[in-house]
Amino acid sequence: MLSNIGNFLLFLNVLLSILIIYNSYNCLKTSNNLIFRKIYKLSLFQSTSILICFFTLISAYLISDFSLINVYQNSHSLKPIFYKISGTWGNHEGSLLLWAIILTIFSFLFLIFNNKHPKNYRLYTLIIQNLLIIGFLFFILFNSNPFSVISPVPNEGLGLNPILQDPALAIHPPLLYLGFVGSSIYFSAAMASMISNYNDKPFAQSIKSWVLISWVFQTLGILVGSIWAYYELGWGGFWFWDPVENASLLPWFAMTALLHSLLVLEKRKAFYFWTIILCLLTFTLSVTGTFLVRSGILNSVHTFANDPSRGIYILIFLSIMISASVYLLFAKYKPERNYISSNSKETFVLINNWFMMFYLLTVMLGTLYPIFTDALLKSKISVGPPFYNSVIIPVVAVFLIFMAVGPQAKWIKNKFTNLKQLLAILIGALIINFLIFYLLKSYSIISNLIIISSLFLIISSLIDLFKKTETNFPRILSHLSFGFLIFFIGLNHNFSIEKDFNLKLGETKIIDNYKFVLKDLELNNKTNYKAIIGKLQVNNMMTNEERILNPEIRIYENPQTLTYEASIQTNFFKDHYLTMSNIDRSEYYNIKFQEKPLMIWIWISTIMLSFGGCLSFFRNEKNN
Amino acid sequence: MKFKIILIILLVNIHSISFTNEIINENKIHKNLRCLVCQGQSISDSNSDFAITLKMVVKDLVEQGKSEQEIYNFLSEKYGDWILYKPKLNKGNFLLWALPYIVLVSGGLIIVFLIRKRTEKS
Amino acid sequence: MKKIIKITISVFFIFILVVFYLSLNRSSNYDTENLVGIKLSKIKLESFESNKYFTNENLKKNNYTLINFWASWCAPCRIEHPLLMQLSKEANLKILGVNFKDKKNNALNFLNNLGNPYHYLAKDDQGKQSIGFGIYGIPESILINKDFVVIKKFIGPLNLEDFDEIKKITNSL
Repeated sequence: MLSNIGNFLLFLNVLLSILIIYNSYNCLKTSNNLIFRKIYKLSLFQSTSILICFFTLISAYLISDFSLINVYQNSHSLKPIFYKISGTWGNHEGSLLLWAIILTIFSFLFLIFNNKHPKNYRLYTLIIQNLLIIGFLFFILFNSNPFSVISPVPNEGLGLNPILQDPALAIHPPLLYLGFVGSSIYFSAAMASMISNYNDKPFAQSIKSWVLISWVFQTLGILVGSIWAYYELGWGGFWFWDPVENASLLPWFAMTALLHSLLVLEKRKAFYFWTIILCLLTFTLSVTGTFLVRSGILNSVHTFANDPSRGIYILIFLSIMISASVYLLFAKYKPERNYISSNSKETFVLINNWFMMFYLLTVMLGTLYPIFTDALLKSKISVGPPFYNSVIIPVVAVFLIFMAVGPQAKWIKNKFTNLKQLLAILIGALIINFLIFYLLKSYSIISNLIIISSLFLIISSLIDLFKKTETNFPRILSHLSFGFLIFFIGLNHNFSIEKDFNLKLGETKIIDNYKFVLKDLELNNKTNYKAIIGKLQVNNMMTNEERILNPEIRIYENPQTLTYEASIQTNFFKDHYLTMSNIDRSEYYNIKFQEKPLMIWIWISTIMLSFGGCLSFFRNEKNN
Repeated sequence: MKFKIILIILLVNIHSISFTNEIINENKIHKNLRCLVCQGQSISDSNSDFAITLKMVVKDLVEQGKSEQEIYNFLSEKYGDWILYKPKLNKGNFLLWALPYIVLVSGGLIIVFLIRKRTEKS
Repeated sequence: MKKIIKITISVFFIFILVVFYLSLNRSSNYDTENLVGIKLSKIKLESFESNKYFTNENLKKNNYTLINFWASWCAPCRIEHPLLMQLSKEANLKILGVNFKDKKNNALNFLNNLGNPYHYLAKDDQGKQSIGFGIYGIPESILINKDFVVIKKFIGPLNLEDFDEIKKITNSL
């Protein structure tokens, strides 16, 4: 029953998209600047029906309708309601439906909110966006249909992987998709801009808000993903440079570059084609990321069930997208000739883009290189955190300095009048850095550089904040938070303490100045799992601090899984993090204890960073 | 005067840097070793049988006075380059290590070139 | 010039897409089966029964040696055991069993119940020695020749195909 409704709505959406394209095409031929009312209505209808389609799937999850394969495979009747709902998008098919929703709703919103812009540009955007929608609907209908039925109907579902049953992971996909699927709208707009020759300042204004929205959500999505990894995976890290994580970071780099180059296009009418390329690149990277993650050609912690036929489909979609955009670019490209001074804001924006492209290409190279060596040289290699850290971190140090200096530059022609001030800031940063490392006694050249340059950025942003002439508060907030983010990550990385050892019940272990006692193991029966809860006493013999941590080993029934719940005690200065895991055929437990300084500030800085983007969005809306 | 202050502070910073400890950090080695039986985890992040054994072996090798690089060579001979998260610099991986820097340098050159061209035009 | 740039860009994208396509049908999982041709020149394994050690000296007279890692707690080891029993009768092949992270009594029971195919029996209580052989899970078997060069690696329990292959290699002398 629900399956029929769902399938009907999906087909209806394909039909609506075709109608929208057909009507838009007819409307293009009319001479006035009015868009048919019919198109608005169709677009509204389309958004409504895809939402109803999604609610149909959610209700199938709510009533545990196991006649749908998708519900059978990913849900269980005893699961809490919250996770029944979030289970809808926690799997491949359901998440594709979420894709389609975001594509459709953004298409509708872009149509109604850009009424100041010329008809042809809006219509072409609509047509291209609907082509993307059709592509995805076909993928859903013919390859990954969440409404496929199973017969005979099973009595009970297989359940959702327990490590996915987490509030952070429930909101992670919607946030992330709003980010990188949202970027589809400026992909379409960029194509439309080239077709209808609608460029420069008005084009920049028409997409700026959309870029900001997607950037804010992408940032939050990545943040929530990291928080989930930190709390749920139990390894004490929050970023592993895992291929799937990298896939979400690549569009973020492109978006950030785009955000900055848009400023130049808006103010100075320069870098039009470069901006277009970034628009196209962002969504192309999003689709590439989806390809890499869903086709299963990467070996990752975050695996979706693999199926090469999905890969083929996305690959065809991706090829069409790339060839269309490359073709259009070749056809329309004209060199620009406007004046740019070597010392101007324009140049600093270029420098931002230069670094963003460096990060992007490095991360992309690291992610794809193993695929290439495997396919071409038949040798399997791994590229992991040590590679990214050693290549990227030194460059970040330089980047932060530019990030501090750049925003103060003026458009067209700049003159640095405040060299003395910069020097003072540098000295301040050096002094604070020295104090930190002198008091805490841990040294490495790279972390010194990172701390110095992030302090440089922080101090100069703070000075900007209190200057009366500078009015761009959102910019200052974002740059300041980014400075803090790197500063806290640097300190966290450098001063984390990690102890890894084995312990059995009642045993005491002394490592350096820590004393660990496994006091008790308690068996606890919960509704959908059993838990072994450890009672670990940790003494810091230097400070005489004593704390009890309660890590858990959980045994889930549906599906049968073992998970390790870290015990985390957070305060403003540091996190105490402890995981306990059983060792096969032994009475010992593997204990991993970590002291992670300033953890919470990493989250706070990232939230502030995206809040800066948010403010920038409202400021932009107010000004236009 | 100012110059002297900067110089002193720089020197102090460099002095602090030169304290770098020479002890091999086992944890750093663990983080560079991939757990072959897991999905994309280092042995530092894993409690699998294999990871636990490998940690013991790394400890032994460090105690025998082997250098970090010797340990990596030993393990990659036994398990293949897949086990190392930081790929070795060799013929096959040359591009992986070189391309980022090529991109960095050429990106800078493009900017210089572009600005020079556009400054002349006016 | 413009044409060259266009062609380069197009070729670049086609190249990436083709590699993606090729990778679709390749497994992203890793095993060490392809790591053959290495010489195991420093074999040293503690004997199961006594305090002696097995070294290259003990194996140098064998035409072929199959080093088999097993344990009584390992279910797949029971599956491959009958094949090992049969292989132990091969003329050109000697089998070196390495008892992996096991309790002595359990291991002895296992051999008493299912038979002992091993010409040499060594033990590796902590599993550390196995790292030197590139083992990451059991059962695993390594076939070496007279010069201690690895000819073939078998990850997981031996099956009939592996059995035939080992026979073919050892009988080709």
